[in-house]
Amino acid sequence: MSSRDLILARVRRALADVPADDTPYERAVPRPYATEHGDRTAEQTVDLLAENLADYRALVHRCTTGELPGTLARLLAGRGAGSVLVPPGLPGAWLAEADGVEHVPDAAGSTAHELDRVDSVVTGCAVAIAETGTIVLDGSPDQGRRRITLVPDHHVCVVRVPEQVVSSVPQALPRLDPARPLTWISGPSATSDIELDRVEGVHGPRTLEVVLVSGADEGK
Amino acid sequence: MSGTFVGMPAFPKAAHEAVRDTTLRGNLRHATHTIRAKRAKAVAEVSDWAELREAGRRIKDHTLRHLDRYLVQLEESVTAAGGTVHWAADADEANRIVADLVRATGETEVVKVKSMATQEIGLNEALRAEGVHAYETDLAELIVQLGDDRPSHILVPAIHRNRGEIRDIFRSEMGEWGRPAPEGLTDTPAELAEAARLHLREKFLRAKVGVSGANFMVAETGTLVVVESEGNGRMCLTLPETLISVVGIEKIVPTWRDLEVFLQTLPRSSTAERMNPYTSTWTGTADGDGPRTFHLVLLDNGRTDTLADEVGRQALRCIRCSACLNVCPVYERAGGHAYGSVYPGPIGAILSPQLRGTQSEIDASLPYASSLCGACYEVCPVAIDIPEVLVHLRERVAQGGVVTQRGAKVMLKPAKGHTAERAAMRAARWALGSPGALRAGQRIASRSRRFHPRTLPGPGRAWSASRDLPPVPAEPFRDWWQRTHGGQGTGK
Repeated sequence: MSSRDLILARVRRALADVPADDTPYERAVPRPYATEHGDRTAEQTVDLLAENLADYRALVHRCTTGELPGTLARLLAGRGAGSVLVPPGLPGAWLAEADGVEHVPDAAGSTAHELDRVDSVVTGCAVAIAETGTIVLDGSPDQGRRRITLVPDHHVCVVRVPEQVVSSVPQALPRLDPARPLTWISGPSATSDIELDRVEGVHGPRTLEVVLVSGADEGK
Repeated sequence: MSGTFVGMPAFPKAAHEAVRDTTLRGNLRHATHTIRAKRAKAVAEVSDWAELREAGRRIKDHTLRHLDRYLVQLEESVTAAGGTVHWAADADEANRIVADLVRATGETEVVKVKSMATQEIGLNEALRAEGVHAYETDLAELIVQLGDDRPSHILVPAIHRNRGEIRDIFRSEMGEWGRPAPEGLTDTPAELAEAARLHLREKFLRAKVGVSGANFMVAETGTLVVVESEGNGRMCLTLPETLISVVGIEKIVPTWRDLEVFLQTLPRSSTAERMNPYTSTWTGTADGDGPRTFHLVLLDNGRTDTLADEVGRQALRCIRCSACLNVCPVYERAGGHAYGSVYPGPIGAILSPQLRGTQSEIDASLPYASSLCGACYEVCPVAIDIPEVLVHLRERVAQGGVVTQRGAKVMLKPAKGHTAERAAMRAARWALGSPGALRAGQRIASRSRRFHPRTLPGPGRAWSASRDLPPVPAEPFRDWWQRTHGGQGTGK
């Protein structure tokens, strides 16, 4: 008998005492919990996102679409970045003013060591969750492969507000495709492993900057 | 390399030594009290906590009820997404599967995401025997591995170490494993985290094989979920060419939507955060992004035996948040090592004796490692009634009975050391059922009370070692009642 058959047979024997139950899953698990906590306008939801991102030590900036290239250039310069990773589908205008910084395209063949030599990375995101201060990346062309937002020490993430912002985790999941590799990010890398106290900055980017950009459609 | 739990003394003996260690008690008190208050605050932020907890319980119960169906569905989804599924009935088989998979890559080192399942099966030691170095990359696991120590907490395996001890371990051991600790390393947590970053980065960047567990597996989509803080998980899940995940069969949830419950309750219960810094989800393999080869090893290792126990099966709902450890008065004082298992604390006291059976001395003693205060049940995000299971397991230890082991029903004899207890209970049953004998016994006890010892002799000594014997009154209650008519007479 294969271990697969063995385990499945053990499961069936173990459940011999339980009466048969063919209740459909939707009815077996009622979901009276909230789909969001509180009643907020779209604007207030964006404010909550900013507040919770900052609470977990992300640096939050706001600007309009027209100001975005200037804002990104300023953030990279302020960091002293010599090079910036550019996902294949990042809108060209975003980094148009960051001309003092070497633009490194995300090449499929680039090794982890090569990525380690790049200072910063700029991406978009798939969705942002206000209640938890979370941004979610799904590997779309404006975000690139998972590794490019992991190895560099400085990540700048652009969130189009209010359209990319949801209130809660239950509202975020239906917007995401589980077939894509997802990375949920809530603040910079951190640990609670020393005396159960939170310290920021371990293996992921130690600086996370989030730019909340409004009026995103005009700039496209 | 890390220490092993084989041959652990029973809980009372191990705990007896641990409570005398003032450094350990100080470290544990500080850490558990810090997290307790924070957790309460994080939970209070969510007005529908009770509903989320109930939904979590129901999702897990439903899944366990139909576990065979969901396992098959998961296998299909993972396979369709480009992964390969393996089934392991026990620890040895799981270790062999992983060792063979690593050998097939030609690599001699792997980087590991913190995983309870691989701790449980002793994967690192098994790989070591095959000439493969497994590097733990979670900060606390790294501290345990470098210190040749054992984990003492589910979430923070090095919770028994304070910052000064961690600095000393880093200074003396990092050089043996790779990049040494920076010169002049102090004990500030930020510097210690930086030292770990530098030490592990070279290992991440060259790693070809990653090994992980998973917090959840979604049957309908074949998606695995790893919840973490440091980014070491992301490194291990995305940089290597081959990813091997070893996951207990109870980690399944039926649908993608189910994550909306657990991604709200797990971080708040675990690190007391609204959300942990990083959550990674992946479904098989993705073109050009992450590992090209993905293996999932589904692990039984006592889980189906646990599932066969009508009372004890609720332990399989556990999502390994460790909230029950942090509130437990026994854990806070005895520490995690006394539990003799990778699963310490209240959940360990019901999980270890079920996964491993109650035959060993340590496993037979674990159901007693509790005051039954119920704080663990109150904080559990999937409502596991730990006190109920503890009492159930005590009954099994003291009286024996039918249990399932490796899929077969066997008759367990009562554990050793409970003979006196059973004799005392039999005597009590006879005395309480014989009014004449009871009255005579009580009178003798009252009249001889000046000669009563402060501790019991023989097999009762252990019981009275940590308890005061109740003083026997000068006159039995029944005699007093008869003499005074319930206090209304003249004799007071």
